Amino acid sequence: MDAKRVARLGLLVALAMVLSWVESLVPVVIPGVKLGLTNLVVIFALYRMSAAEAWLLSLVRVVLVAMTFGNAFSLWYSLAGAVLSLLVMMLLKKSGRFSLLGVSLAGAVCHNIGQILVAMAVLRSAAAAAYLPFLLLTGTAAGVCIGIAGAVLVQRVRF
Amino acid sequence: MKIRRMDLVLAALVLAAAGVLYLLLRPASQPGGWVVVTVDGAETGRYPLSQDQTVRIGGDTDYNILEIRDGTAAVTQADCGDHTCVRTGAISRSGQSIICLPHKVVVQIEGAAPSDVDAVLG
Repeated sequence: MDAKRVARLGLLVALAMVLSWVESLVPVVIPGVKLGLTNLVVIFALYRMSAAEAWLLSLVRVVLVAMTFGNAFSLWYSLAGAVLSLLVMMLLKKSGRFSLLGVSLAGAVCHNIGQILVAMAVLRSAAAAAYLPFLLLTGTAAGVCIGIAGAVLVQRVRF
Repeated sequence: MKIRRMDLVLAALVLAAAGVLYLLLRPASQPGGWVVVTVDGAETGRYPLSQDQTVRIGGDTDYNILEIRDGTAAVTQADCGDHTCVRTGAISRSGQSIICLPHKVVVQIEGAAPSDVDAVLG
């Protein structure tokens, strides 16, 4: 990786952290419901850089955010959401059959699914699954919003 | 950006999944009969919803206070970080639950309340 790429990736990590912080200021009304602003940066990296760099960005961001604003506990939720989300986004993008909007939607929904799976594992109970129908709805809405914004950024930002 | 056909298929599938899961997991319309407390996957207590009482889940620290009153169950106090359990409010219908992730506590309503007819008959 040359210096320019490292610098760009560092910039995106910083941006992702700022967006995580901004989102942490919004009070949590229902657990799991959020806009997923950080996914904007991950989608940008996925489309404008490479899958490998999107992974690096996403994982570094998760660890740094957990160390800065979260705890060991929140790390696992973020990690599960981030890994499942990026894995599915990468595969859908590779398939060539989805636009950025569909990729973003899948990413948002998978983030929710990943977190519910961790909650079910932690609680050793299926009770958390009751949140899933609602989270699928809000995740779809969030994914579409982020997808629209992401499409504009991917197209227009000079980088 | 052009929306592709598969985007719409995906959105339809996700929304359909949400609908199906909702129908499968929705709480019953009748009030439940028992409040079942599970900590770390193991059942620690089972209390009738019809009997008012206060139950302390956990020890001196890492506790949740469960109050059963007037046929509803609520976690009214807890020393966990997020207090999601307290904000969940009162539950009463079979299938509803209150979750405290930091303490791995699940409070769930199970079974059906004895109906008035049954009570009269017997």
